[in-house]
Amino acid sequence: MATELRRTDVVIVGLGATGGVAALPLAEAGLDIVGLEAGTWLTPADLSPDELRNNFRGWPQSVQKANREVPTHRPNASAPYSPRPSIHPMMNAVGGTTLHYWAQSWRLNPWDFKVVSDTRRRYGAARLPKGTTVEDWPFGLEELEPFYDKVEVEIGVSGQAGNINGRIDPRGNIFEGPRARAYPMPPLRGTGFTEMMAGAARSLGWHPFPGPAAVTSARYQGRSGCVYHGFCNRGGCHVSAKGSTAVTTIPKAQRTKRLTVVTEAHVTAIDVDAQGRVSGVTYRKGNAEFFQPASAVLLASYTYENVRLLLLSTSKAFSNGLSNNRGQVGRHYFSHNQIATVNALFPRNLNTWYGLPAQGVAVDDWADDNFDHGPLDFIGGGNLWVYSDRRPIAAASMSTFGRAPRWGAQWKAFIKENADRGNTAYLQRTTLPYEDNSLDLDPTVKDPLGFPVCRITADYKDNERRLAEFIQDRMVQWYRAAGAIATEKTPVGTMGPTTHAYGGTRMGDNPDTNVVDRWGFSHEVPNLGVLGASVMGTSGARNPTLTAQALAWRTAEHLAANWNSIAK
Amino acid sequence: MSADGGERPDQISRRALLGRVGAAGAFVALTDALPASETAEAQTRRTPVREPLEALTPAEADTLEAITARLIPTDAAGPGAMDARAMHYIDRAIAGALASYRDTYRAGLAAVDAYAQAAKGAPFARLTAADQDAVLTDLERNTAKGFDNSAAFFNVVLTHTLQGTFSDPFYGGNRNFAGWDLIGYPGVRLAVTAEQQNLDATAAPTHMSAYDYTMFSGRKPAHGH
Repeated sequence: MATELRRTDVVIVGLGATGGVAALPLAEAGLDIVGLEAGTWLTPADLSPDELRNNFRGWPQSVQKANREVPTHRPNASAPYSPRPSIHPMMNAVGGTTLHYWAQSWRLNPWDFKVVSDTRRRYGAARLPKGTTVEDWPFGLEELEPFYDKVEVEIGVSGQAGNINGRIDPRGNIFEGPRARAYPMPPLRGTGFTEMMAGAARSLGWHPFPGPAAVTSARYQGRSGCVYHGFCNRGGCHVSAKGSTAVTTIPKAQRTKRLTVVTEAHVTAIDVDAQGRVSGVTYRKGNAEFFQPASAVLLASYTYENVRLLLLSTSKAFSNGLSNNRGQVGRHYFSHNQIATVNALFPRNLNTWYGLPAQGVAVDDWADDNFDHGPLDFIGGGNLWVYSDRRPIAAASMSTFGRAPRWGAQWKAFIKENADRGNTAYLQRTTLPYEDNSLDLDPTVKDPLGFPVCRITADYKDNERRLAEFIQDRMVQWYRAAGAIATEKTPVGTMGPTTHAYGGTRMGDNPDTNVVDRWGFSHEVPNLGVLGASVMGTSGARNPTLTAQALAWRTAEHLAANWNSIAK
Repeated sequence: MSADGGERPDQISRRALLGRVGAAGAFVALTDALPASETAEAQTRRTPVREPLEALTPAEADTLEAITARLIPTDAAGPGAMDARAMHYIDRAIAGALASYRDTYRAGLAAVDAYAQAAKGAPFARLTAADQDAVLTDLERNTAKGFDNSAAFFNVVLTHTLQGTFSDPFYGGNRNFAGWDLIGYPGVRLAVTAEQQNLDATAAPTHMSAYDYTMFSGRKPAHGH
């Protein structure tokens, strides 16, 4: 029997990228919040520059709830299951995966909000891929701009603006939508390698720029500037330069005395009352079970766990899962088309041993609808990104470009010469939702508590495959312009568990095709909000976190501003 | 971390395995203590001193070490996986963090010796380098008999040999920073200057483990796991 705790105003399930942000505007509005986090607090001393632990062993220093419920995957309903990874792409801790994410903090471009109407207008409705369920967002970039701004200030985003109120600055991204003001900090510094790549992009007539990062480029709000020591790729920051919510919004919310953080809380159900309104959540901590009553619940775990918790939370009013009476939970799922990349070999050392994945140079000329798709056979585009980050095991595992075997004396000679001469691009491309790509509960695989894990049924379609090829070709062009002597394209792969998972609780005005409304609250359960990329209906060509955080802030602010109508 | 129930079985099994291996009286040539200049002949004259193993049997350790020595050989280009103690890295890992691979190694190493015996007439460690390479090539190409999937086992060993040669030396491999020096990795630093990120910059190797730094020395992963 669960111990019933004292009622609170708001429960946030998960204190990661989005829950950790949402806590701040709620706390500042004077609401009492209980933040339930499956992980624990980690200190800077836990965040050692240790490639083996960070990149191969799934962060054993943190609580491993996520690793015990890794989603299963099959490309389609009749295909065999893919091998199941032993490590979840995300982690549990206060701050969640913002502790070890790459911290690239992009805004979406204007096109991403109106893919359907812009495609119809520019190319005709026939150009929307067959089977896609994509919709325009219920609002445009201008609605989200103030919330992007708030998050950029609170977590500390460095970058170079390219468009302030319509005034284009060629040092930044000339394709970005209008911003109200500059980033709170200048961009991270360039390196010899990134300057070399920027020059090559300019020689092609492209428009390179330093990308935005939730990493301090200078001392900021009491936090150190980045020290560029490396190990930022799935590694934490020992000087708190990375803008994890664990060192920014969460402690700031705690200082209001309104936020109670409960660690090692494993939420198993969101409960409803007789009227079908959320009454609180049930969680386990150690061997004890608790019920935390609340006037409103914000579900902020991660795309897979958001969907799973809703589907597991069945009741008389919601026999197919919470907020799922129209069967939309788990639908419109997609993950970033980013596996197909390009490896390059240079005839000289690149000295990329230090730095971070967010210290790089971007090209957006081939992203979104920034170029004419008239003669092409796909819609959408990709962001090209190269950066300074090379860890020793990863370097030793580099491609040999057909010039040496994988082991033995010849391999050793190759690696001795070339370990610092290889580079791999990070290519993020538009991915659309399709009617047969979805999430549900696995019929057989269960977590240690006996609950089914999330099952992904999804694969890339023709649009994603053609786009991948096109963007890879642009990347090859860029590397060759920079002097690469060999390049190779890697395969598209399939859509297994990933850090860039979208949809499943999509946001939109139509309750028949969306789980949450334009404010992030359930169409069916008025005091249930959902935070995270699970509400996003398009991916853009860039990392989701900042957009998910801006949406989270907006949902939290909406809750505080409409407390009486939503929570009472 | 203490609350992580998922790790407890590993720790228990490691202790159990230590006890078992101890009882079996495991010995491995303690090459650590020998200066690099000492000849192989001088080494063999010495009274064999065996170093305790944590998970592998002495026979398994001999086979595995011989495999790693061909994957990353010691040659004119410098030290290899044996010098880096990749086998000891794997032995320690499968007693703890990689315990789920224990059975893979037990079955795989036995199958390697059986295949070496059948194909070349002796256990793997006693074959010539050329025959060892031929056996490993068969494994890699999945043509070795006696395996469900010899390529899968080959890939596991190659992956772990790379880890044992190029990971932080805290985990028992990469001895004397042999792996990092081989690829020119200048080492763990806690801060890096703009000049150190120039194209032609060459930083002197730090030869420091992350856990040699005071900041992290108090939070070492348990026993290199």
